[in-house]
This record gives sequence, structure tokens and C-alpha cells, in this order.
Amino acid sequence: MRAGPVWTNWFRSADKKLPETIIVSTENVEPVSVVPLGAGGVAKESMTELTFDYAYKVHPSELGLTFMTEYVSSQPMAAVTWITPDGREFTVFDSVINKRRHSISTDRTTTRELGTQPIYGLFSAPDDVMRELIPGSGATPQTGVYKLRVVTRTFGENDTADVKLVVYGRVAGVAGTDHYRRNIVIALMWGTPIALMFGLVAAVGTTCLTFFIAALGAWFGGWVDATIQRITEVNLMLPVLPILIMVGIFYTPSIMTILGVVILLGIFTFAIKTYRALFLQVKNAPFIEAARAYGASNLRIIFRYMIPRVAPILIPAFVTLTPGFVFLEAALAFLGVGDISLPTWGKLLNNANTEGALFRGQFYWVLEPAFMLLVTGFAFAMLGFALDRIFNPRLRGI
Amino acid sequence: MAEKLLQVRDLFLYFRTSKGVVQAVDGVDFDMNSDEALAVIGESGCGKTSLIRAILRLLPRNVDTYKGSVVLLDTDIMKLSDERFRTTVRWQQMSMVAQAAMNALNPVLKVGNQVSEPLIVHQRIPKKQALAQAAEVFRLVGVPAEFLDRYSFELSGGMRQRAILAMALITKPNLVILDEPTSALDMLTQANIMNVLKSIKRDLQQSFIFITHDVSTTSELADRGVVMYAGHIVEISNAEQFFLNPFHPYSQKLMASVPTLKEKKELEFIPGQPPSLLNPPEGCRFADRCHRRFDMCDQEPPLFALEDGRRVKCWLYK
Amino acid sequence: MQTQPQETQNGALLEVRDLRQWFELRKFVFARAGYVKAVDGVSFKLPRGEALALVGESGSGKTTLARTVLGLYKPTSGEVIFEGKHLSSLNRHQMQEYRSDIGYIQQDPYGALPPFMSIRSILAEPMKIHGIRDKGEQHKRICDVMEEVRLTPVEDFIAKFPHMLSGGQQQRVVIARGMILNPKLIAADEPVSMLDASVRVEVLKLLRRIQEMHNLGVIYITHDLSTVRYFAERIFIMYAAKTVEKAPVESLLEHHFHPYTVALLAAIPDPDPENAKRFRDVPAGEPPNLVRPPSGCRFHPRCAQAIEGLCEVEEPPEFYPLEGVEHSVECWLYKK
Repeated sequence: MRAGPVWTNWFRSADKKLPETIIVSTENVEPVSVVPLGAGGVAKESMTELTFDYAYKVHPSELGLTFMTEYVSSQPMAAVTWITPDGREFTVFDSVINKRRHSISTDRTTTRELGTQPIYGLFSAPDDVMRELIPGSGATPQTGVYKLRVVTRTFGENDTADVKLVVYGRVAGVAGTDHYRRNIVIALMWGTPIALMFGLVAAVGTTCLTFFIAALGAWFGGWVDATIQRITEVNLMLPVLPILIMVGIFYTPSIMTILGVVILLGIFTFAIKTYRALFLQVKNAPFIEAARAYGASNLRIIFRYMIPRVAPILIPAFVTLTPGFVFLEAALAFLGVGDISLPTWGKLLNNANTEGALFRGQFYWVLEPAFMLLVTGFAFAMLGFALDRIFNPRLRGI
Repeated sequence: MAEKLLQVRDLFLYFRTSKGVVQAVDGVDFDMNSDEALAVIGESGCGKTSLIRAILRLLPRNVDTYKGSVVLLDTDIMKLSDERFRTTVRWQQMSMVAQAAMNALNPVLKVGNQVSEPLIVHQRIPKKQALAQAAEVFRLVGVPAEFLDRYSFELSGGMRQRAILAMALITKPNLVILDEPTSALDMLTQANIMNVLKSIKRDLQQSFIFITHDVSTTSELADRGVVMYAGHIVEISNAEQFFLNPFHPYSQKLMASVPTLKEKKELEFIPGQPPSLLNPPEGCRFADRCHRRFDMCDQEPPLFALEDGRRVKCWLYK
Repeated sequence: MQTQPQETQNGALLEVRDLRQWFELRKFVFARAGYVKAVDGVSFKLPRGEALALVGESGSGKTTLARTVLGLYKPTSGEVIFEGKHLSSLNRHQMQEYRSDIGYIQQDPYGALPPFMSIRSILAEPMKIHGIRDKGEQHKRICDVMEEVRLTPVEDFIAKFPHMLSGGQQQRVVIARGMILNPKLIAADEPVSMLDASVRVEVLKLLRRIQEMHNLGVIYITHDLSTVRYFAERIFIMYAAKTVEKAPVESLLEHHFHPYTVALLAAIPDPDPENAKRFRDVPAGEPPNLVRPPSGCRFHPRCAQAIEGLCEVEEPPEFYPLEGVEHSVECWLYKK
């Protein structure tokens, strides 16, 4: 069940507040009684009482039990009884513990026993007619302190059995959950380094290579320069996104391959012309002429004299190009072409789209990754503008 | 016709920079007569360009202090508002030819239009008449009238300099200020421009102030010379006094460092560097480098007035 | 002060024969737009220990000549011969050796120094390129050369960056860099014209001292004739890509033959207050277009003494009007 972010409750009136997930477990509670079973002395029956306060006027989304057992030969058994605030008791589980999770809300036995879905039945008020408690009937759960009586039987010397009740709410976590109930915050955090890595590596990689090639063209002139310019002009016409989609679909969507192709396509861009113009200015500087006079080789001049002279321009370029690449990666992931093994922001959007999040009113699922993209872009852009003013003296007055 | 054209008293101009306050013009007094050419001599960083800026009120944004009195004919122009200054004084009574002025021509305008612009803007003269006056001024500076129709890149360096000079003369100002008028030019072109300036001075009785660091060229035009050092005026004298017998130790050293072709002399140089204007030293600012320093130099000397019209800022002439 | 010029066994340190340096104007596809003839037939010999001044206006070809000698351009025709070896016949390795024998001092002291390198790095660069990798040796040479240019204490200066130095100090670093490989020939292109008046003298004296101490050949380019007598033994006057007068300095100052030389000398003011009272005799007109220079003698359109029927038809050869003096002038007025 998809849950929205917890803080949305702040905007809701008291009646409409959505329940958060409540978890109570026997791990943290001392048993009320521990009684030995039969002769032999190793089998035990322990009874624990778990309580929780339910104050919401909206039903939870699911109920489940999680079992944590340790045993040697015989599986432990458990009997869990649900006690409503007004004292009615319902058995929700009574058998050998042979699986880790038991869903109360979809359990047929419990449903038959109650006469309605367990979510409604277990949270009913004394005078509710069970048959009438169905989704959409407008019933509200009974508020109060609910108890759970857990009786476990273990058969080995050191066997343990613990039971955890999870009352799944409708809001969870800072960012809500997705269709697999995974906390979206984790996905957002996981996506951050990937987005930044992609953006920065692509920005730095393309800029450095573009820079170097522009320097080569400017210094050598002649056919070297002309060839580079022609390649650039052809490259400018290639459509980047369709090519990446084709690579992703027909070849491999691995993020490293995509990164590689992005860099390749990003080298011969319009920036070459800008950098080349800067290098052409530097080429005629007196200190370059002096270097030729004392015998510096061409490569030495390019790397040791021309590039350091113009290099400060690179810094704002790295920063301002990064968000573009971040968005590119998100766009590819959104289209389903990106790396499916990585939880990127684009992938979140892709999931949201496939699961019809907007149709179901789960705006948070779409807005949160969009927000991250927005903030990233904004941050890099602002930083880039500021760096531009520092490193590009012509913009200083602005 | 020797009336007082310009009287400058206590002129201060300080700039605010990231490193502190630069005291570019630090209390300058001098007078100038009509139809006189005054040379302001000094090295880079002595404040001569700032002095001109202060007189013409061409100030940048980071001015810290700007005060004093500048009386042009009989008006204290420091007291005028910026707008009145712009409309009545700048380019009407005083105009300027900036350094490397040949680069100041707008490449997309025809030269004639640019040169006649001050007339059209300041004196509201209709264009045709303004162009006719421009042709007249061109004749004065020695540029054929057909160049009015050309663009600036079609003119050589010398011609451009003359066009800029024409632009400064066209409104017939009382005073033309020239900032390094010949430093970017070849020798023969320099001599040509100097000839032009001499003829204008003679025919129009035009007054000039010109700033330069090139001592030799000042002798071409100057009637009187003002030597600046570290924001102060250190000597004011007429041309003969200055070139043949300078008084202030700095002027003497300056003259001794100028290579001459005609006479053989041993060249001297001044060791050290001028002081920074950010934090000028106490006392006489030339004292560190002065070969005739003595104990009184720890205090700043005033500008002593000597009998032959000279003024020297040095304790040796008390 | 004169130094003793000396010829090596193979002749002069540097010899230039009929050097021409033409730059092609950009063609539009196939059309030939012509050549800018920046240097058009210059010959001379420079012995070790002699300073030669090249004087001329901008566009006269003096800077291009120096750059060709430095190996920055390949001559269009003619020869540059250094210590008996023709530059055009050198392979790469030998060319590198040649470059360690020459030093270049440029006009703009700030532009000549890479602003992002410390003084130590700047001075170490030529050494690294020519294979001197030992740090100790590098440091020793740096200290030696910094002391020679009087930038002491050395430790203070080598860690600084160019913008922290004054113009005069920057130019000394340029000189230091030119000297660091112990060259035999220095080309100094307007070394003091961007410096202040009082600093010029200091730097010129420094250059002179260095030249004397190391017995260097120096090509000193300037448009300021008045510094020449303090610095050079011989002077060449250049006009429109050719030399028009070549002479020892004293001889030129006493007898100036070529009308252009006369005009140049007349145009230079000494600080004499009488100057303001008279006009200078300056030839009218402008230096010619180097793509299509005037026929015959290139100065003839501006020359008041041009001989009709001769000067505009044929280029004058070199004449030697003075007995026993190596003073040549390319002007028909001195035809014997």
C-alpha cells in the first residue's frame, strides 16, 4: 500500500489525519508469564501483552504479524488474540509458526470469523454491524487502547519466538513509500550520488576534452583546425537524446556505457568555438612567442602555457554544465532507457508513471524526485553564475 | 592677453580600492594663463592622469574624496552641479584628447559624424552646418576634408590622432587637455602632430594642458612645466628654467635620465621606486630617493614661491 | 663605451644574406591576394661583442627581421647563418641547440611573462626544455642570473608572481630568462619603450653591462634614436622593409646621408626650450603599403630631393660616401 509522507498530516484536520505505521513487538516487552510445558522442563509457554493506542479516525491500510524465531528441531507455536478497547477478543493467529510473515488483513480465516475484512472488523465499535463494514461505507475505527495477547510455545532449550505486530498506516516516512512499500527517502538518497556522479563526470569529461581539442585546433591551425571545425559542425546536428535511447534499447542501458556515449557526443560541441577563440587570443601573447624562441615544443606550449592561461574559464563551465547532464540521465531513466538496476530519480519517476501515481493522487511520488532535480539544477546554476563572475573578468561588473 | 584661465587650489582626489584608499591627487595648487601651453610631467602612478580627471570631472565610481576649487575664467566649476557641468563646461569650455585616442573612434560611424557630434549635442547646431565646421577643423589639423566620409579603420594612426584632436577643437573650447598625445605614434608622426599643435596654438591662441612622461616631447610645446611626484606638485617653472636648470632634485634627476642625441652626457637613473599612493610616507615623498636629503625632509615642505615665478616644493629653497 | 667586436674563426657570429620575409595574404579559395613584404632584402654581419641597433618606424620590418633571426619564421628567401651554419640546413636537434644560443627580450614586460607561473618556474622553463634537469644546477643558474640582473635578495623574488613586480623588475626577469642558457646573441625588441623614463636608463645600463661581461652580440630594435648612442656600436636605419643607411653610431650622428635619416634625426627633440618656437621639418605622407611598395626607391614619394627619372625607376644599391668608414647609404644622391 502506498503511503504518503508523514508531514502531510500537518495539513489535515484532526478527523482526517492519516494513521502512521505503528509497530509493537514482543522483543522489547517482558512476558507477563512464562510457564513450563509438560515434563522434561525445556518446553515453555510464555504470554506477553502488547498494547498500542489508536487515536486516528481513519483505518490503517494493512495489518501484519512478523515472526522471529530461533529453534533447533521443533518449530514454535503462537496464538495471538486481538483485544479491542471495549474488551472484545478475536483470534488472529493460532498455529505453528512456519513462515516469517502473516498478513492479518488478507487472512481468510480471520475474515470468516469476523464476517468482514479484518481491517474493519478488528477496529469496529461494539455496536457496528459487521456486514455493513465495507470499504466506502464511511465507518470510522474505534479509538482507544488496543491490546494483543501473544502466547508462544517453544520446545527447545534455547528456542525463542518473538512476534511483531505492524499496523500499516497511510503515511510513512519523510517522503512516503512507493508501490512496494519502500521508503522513498532511501531512493532519493541513493539517487543523489548517482545523479551527481553522472552530471559531474560528464561535465568534467566533456569540458576537459573539448578544451584540449580546442587548444590543438587553435595552435596548429591549418587542416587540423579545419577538420576539428567540420567534425564539430556535423556533431552539432546529431540528436543526442534519440541516439542515447537507441543505445540504451539496442545495446545496453548500463550507466557507464550511457555516460561514455554522452561524453563522446559532448566533446565536439559549440563550446569548442568559444574556447578556440580564447586560445587564438592567447596564441599571440608575447610569452608564447618567447617560449617558441627558447625552444618549447608544441605540446609543451599547449599544456604548459596556453591551457593554464585559459583554464580558469573551465571552473564555471564544469558547474554550469552539470545540471544539464543530471537532467539528461533523469530523462533517460524516466523513458525507461536508463540503468534499471539503479534507483535514480528518473527511475522513481518512471515507477510513478508506470504505477499511475498521478491518477491515484499520489503526487508526492512525482513531486519529490522532481524537487530534487530542481534543487540540484538551481544549486549548480547559482554556483556556476557566481564562479563565472569570479573567473571571467569580463562579467565582473554584473 | 595673459589673463588667468585656470586657477586650481587644494585639489584632492582619492579613490577607494580593495586595498585601501589611493591618494592620487593630494593637495594640488597651480595657475594657468590663457594661450599658454602647460606640460604636466611625471611617471606612471604620480597622479597626473587623475589630476586631469579631477579637473574635467571624469570620475569613476569608487571616488572617496573629491574637493578643492577649480576656477575657469571666473567660475568655480567645482561648485556646479554635474548636469550643469556637463552642459556648460565639458567639451564647451574644456575638452580632452585621451591617451591612445586613435582607438577611441567608433568603428561603425563615419569619422565626420563622430567629429561633429559635440557640436550637434552640445550646441544644437544642425548637422549640415556641423559637418561644414568639421571640415574646417580638419583643415586646421591637416586632414583632407574627404576623410569626413571615411570610417576610422581607413585612416592611419596619425590621421586618427588628428581626427580626435579635431573633435576636441571643434567646439572652440578655452582649454584642451591632452593625455599622452603622442606616445603611441611613430617618430615622424609624432613630430607631425606636434607641428599641428604648434600651429593651432599660434593661429587660434589655443591653451593646452598636456600630460606626458616623455620629457623630450614636452619641450616641443610647453611654455611652462609642472612636475608631479606621488600625488604632489614638486616644481612649477617656465620652459627655460625647467629644461636648462631644474631646481627640485627629482626634476634634476629626471632631466639627467633623458637620453639626448645632440649632446653627449652621462645618463643617470633614480634608484628605487615611487612610493605607493595607498600609504604615502610622512614628510617629503621624494626623500627616500633624494641625493640631497637632509634632516628637515622628515616634514613635508610647502610649495615655496621663488622670485622668478618658480615654485618648488623642497626645503632646499626655503 | 665601445666593446671589442671579435670575429670567430668562421667569420661573424651572425650573418644575414639578402633576407626576405614575405607573408602571404589570405587567399579566397584560389585567388592570390599577394604578399606583405615585411623584409625585402637585408644583409649584414654581426660579430660577437657588438651591439647593432635597428631603427625604424612601425612597419619598417625591424621586428620581423629579429623574429626571423630568432627562428620564429622561416625566411621566404635568403640565408641566416649563425657561427657558420645555415639555419635552413639545421635538423631539429641542431635547431634546439641554436635556440639555446640566442635570447629574446620583448617589449611588453608583463605580457612576456606567463602570469600564472612563479619567477622560479619561469626561469627554470628554458633549462628544463634544454635538458638541464638537476634541481641543484637549475637553482644555481637561477641565482647567478638573478644576481646579474640585480634582483636581490634572490629568495624574495623567485617565489613571487609577475604581477607582484614593478615594470622595471618584470623586464629584468625577462632579461634574466634571456640570459639563463648563456646565449651568444640577444635580440632585444624595444626593451625599454614600455617602461617609465627613469627606469629606462637603469635597464639599458644593465643590458649594456651584461653585453660587455658576456661579450654578446646584440640586435637592439628601437624607434627611439636617442637611446642608440648609449647602447650600440652600429646602427641600421630601416624603411619599408629595407635598410636605407648602415653606419657606426658616431658616424651616423655626424653625417646623416639618407633623406629619411635626416628627417628622423630632425624629428627627435632634445629637451631644448627653443623647440617650442619653431616648426620641425617633417616629410609629408605616410610609410608605404608593404603589399605594393613604390617602385624604385621606396622613399621617393616623400623625398624632397628625389631625382626625377631615377629614383622612381630603379632601386639604389649601397654607396659608401666616406673613405675608410663602413658607412653605407642606399640613395641615388650619393652615386659616385
